Amino acid sequence: MPKITYIEHNGKSHTQEVANGLTVMEGAVQNNIPGIDADCGGSCACATCHVYVDEKWFDKLPKKESAEEDMLDMAYQPNKYSRLTCQITVSDELDGLVVKMPSKQG
Amino acid sequence: MIKTDVLIIGAGPVGIFAVHQLGIIGLKAEVVDNLDKIGGQCIELYPDKPIYDIPAVPECTGESLTQNLLDQIKPFKTNFHLGERVEEVIKDKNNWKVTTNKKKIFIAPNIIIAGGVGSFEPRKFSIKDAEKFDNRGIFYSIKDKNYFKDKKICIFGGGDSALDWAIDLSKLSTVTLIHRRNEFRGAKHTEEIARKLEKEGKLKIKTPYQINSIEGDDKIKSISIKSEDGKNEKIETDCILGFFGLIMKLGPIAEWGLNLDKKTIPVNTENFQTNKEGIFAIGDICSYPGKLKLILSGFHEGALAARACFKLARPNEKYRFEFTTTSKNVQDRLGVKKSD
Repeated sequence: MPKITYIEHNGKSHTQEVANGLTVMEGAVQNNIPGIDADCGGSCACATCHVYVDEKWFDKLPKKESAEEDMLDMAYQPNKYSRLTCQITVSDELDGLVVKMPSKQG
Repeated sequence: MIKTDVLIIGAGPVGIFAVHQLGIIGLKAEVVDNLDKIGGQCIELYPDKPIYDIPAVPECTGESLTQNLLDQIKPFKTNFHLGERVEEVIKDKNNWKVTTNKKKIFIAPNIIIAGGVGSFEPRKFSIKDAEKFDNRGIFYSIKDKNYFKDKKICIFGGGDSALDWAIDLSKLSTVTLIHRRNEFRGAKHTEEIARKLEKEGKLKIKTPYQINSIEGDDKIKSISIKSEDGKNEKIETDCILGFFGLIMKLGPIAEWGLNLDKKTIPVNTENFQTNKEGIFAIGDICSYPGKLKLILSGFHEGALAARACFKLARPNEKYRFEFTTTSKNVQDRLGVKKSD
């Protein structure tokens, strides 16, 4: 199973096996990893599952759709590595992915 | 002071359908919601997105679902108290006394919390000092646009609110519109108007920039904005408007003495009662083993909570289960023609 590393804003790191087909958001929420709220439940409607993708990984992810980019306008302190984890589906290619959480989600 | 059988907190689909389930068993409800419109997340987060899992409705939108639910509760002539947030809930003999931020008081033996993920509030600027100027130079909505006349204004955001207000206020004041990327997500037509005003020198547009700091003591003097490639710019301004949409906050619900599990309220699945007698939680805000955050689950939860409300609202009457297809009582309450 692919391993995803979630790093909290305070530096605390959680490496979690997440099944293919789940989203990176679900991998965090189902395993009680703090820092990802996902208020809307994964419908790309709230921007509270926002992370900064590790620089080395950013270009390896499938590109953002415009709906995600639009939602990122509302995220807390977005930057060029910002993604919404509900829009990233876990696959073998993402084994080792590292994402960092912002200090809060809003 | 308003007396009712059930106070419902939250005017989303689940709260609206609870009105229906209460109405057909003869109970009266009042509904309070912090949003200024009915529909909850359906209206605020995804009014146009299609929904495919409402039973017997192959496809609808958040907006049409809300409208259909409102049509369904029409016979009960329910009062909605919009733009009001419930602040305080205290026990008052056999009732609950509920006070809103506008000091409206409700007395009811039952409360149904159908509050989703909490109340919608504007997303605010993330930099420090922003709080200091809240409502004293920093605003997230406009109540009286004359306040902004002849002032220097910076508007942040890329959606319709930001574009519309930038265009509108540029007629009265000196406006700079600032957005984190070069593309705006608001209506194309509105963006074109804004770009035209920019060409004519009537509106400044700065992209891709985000706010970096605010300067000023009692009032705002200037702000600095920066781009991701490190460009910095200082802009003199009197006030700042932020249009970053809304976020859901649990808010005062956390202070009513209810058991909480993260941001949800654990309930007994027999009647969706919380740890307090007469306070029920349904929809996304409740939790129990196997909970699914689906609208259809909230409908079921509301149906059961409504029956439980009957006991406390009508302690001397016996509840009888009846079908809408055959019950004259229910059909009377619905105001429909009887079957005979």
